Amino acid sequence: MARRYDSHTTTFSPDGRLFQVEYAMEAISHAGAAVGIRTDFGVVLAAEKKILSKLLETSEASEKMFKLDANIAVAVAGINSDANILINSSRLFAQRYALNYSEQVPVEHLVQSMCDQKQGYTQFGGLRPFGVSFLFGGWDRNFGFQLYQSDPSGNYSGWKATAVGANSQAAHSILKTEYVEGISLSTAKQLSLKVLKQTMDSTILIPDKVELSELAWQDGVPGQVSYRLVRGVELRDLCIAVNRENM
Amino acid sequence: MDVLFAFTGDKFAVVVSDTTSVQQIIVQKDDEEKTLDLDSHKLLAMSGPKGDCVHFGEYVQANMKLYELKNGHKLSTHAAMSFIRGELAAALRKGPYQVNMLLAGYDEHEDDASLYFIDYLASTQKVNSGGHGYGGMFCLSLFDKHWKPKMTRAEADVLVDTCIAEVRERLVTAPAKYHVKIVDKTGTSCTLYDCVEKAAEKARMAA
Repeated sequence: MARRYDSHTTTFSPDGRLFQVEYAMEAISHAGAAVGIRTDFGVVLAAEKKILSKLLETSEASEKMFKLDANIAVAVAGINSDANILINSSRLFAQRYALNYSEQVPVEHLVQSMCDQKQGYTQFGGLRPFGVSFLFGGWDRNFGFQLYQSDPSGNYSGWKATAVGANSQAAHSILKTEYVEGISLSTAKQLSLKVLKQTMDSTILIPDKVELSELAWQDGVPGQVSYRLVRGVELRDLCIAVNRENM
Repeated sequence: MDVLFAFTGDKFAVVVSDTTSVQQIIVQKDDEEKTLDLDSHKLLAMSGPKGDCVHFGEYVQANMKLYELKNGHKLSTHAAMSFIRGELAAALRKGPYQVNMLLAGYDEHEDDASLYFIDYLASTQKVNSGGHGYGGMFCLSLFDKHWKPKMTRAEADVLVDTCIAEVRERLVTAPAKYHVKIVDKTGTSCTLYDCVEKAAEKARMAA
């Protein structure tokens, strides 16, 4: 009888819960964590890359960070193939908006559109929910730099700093104590790695196992925003600094 | 035979439209509103068949309202122009709306007003001044001569006077009443420009 409420996404259990949605969230809490920090000068996203085997070819391309439009990027925690579907439709939405209004899509507008799609799969029968949470880093004219988090139920919320995925509770509590108003972009980068390290099993941070990106003013001057992955020497130095801090 | 013209000033834009509703050779009424308030900071002046103007104008207006409700902020004037152009272009291949438009708006983030010329073939242009209809055509040469960047309110008033005087002198069926609408930081405002009243006042002053 218990299966009755377990296998259908659209059926409430007697105590008012949607088990399939909760299972999807549970799946995410085992996935590599993603951390996001919003500053007045940009948004930083960091994520853990799980290396499954040393035989696996590591790709140069980003695995967990995706650019949706010139002003919006996401970090993924959960099932990557599910994420690809949502990323694809979000990119389409962003371009459709640009076609209609000749402007970049406002961040929350895009977040909402993706969450509408996620919500649909919690209500219409025969389908499972998307097993993925996103961190959105974005900038728009109305609200400046923004950070949002979304989950499989289709809920989303705006944050100054947040984390999703494995050990996100621990990450939250560090962020709560260490986040300060007016934090600089470089401090935010360090903090995001420090928090990410706490969520991981290993005691030291290896550049191969993390991805870091920033969406910030191009050349640090307000005007044009640009998204870039932090990699190579820059990422290595940041990791070394974080490793040293905790010794 | 609509008279429609508009121009930008220093952080404001002026949109003038006549108020007569004409059916063939009959004047039906003289308090017709041809300039629609799309939202608190946007004006859309329209010329063409009445039905098309009302239907398309209200359609755009409703969409502006819907966008604001959904997103908690208004579209920029440029985005509104883009929306109008898209809708007009889509309709062009089906059953076109025969409306020519002037879109004026004030944008908070730029702290300035802008004006767009849009015709029924969905071509748009950002302009400093523009007009539609025969009356609007007469005004173009006046704008060439008298429009300058960063005009004050007083200078704008004089230019409106000059334009209307020209229309009254040269157009066969020149209307006597106009709506002068202004959009700026505080929103939109409308004043009635009655040529007969103005002439009477002028005569009183002279006497």
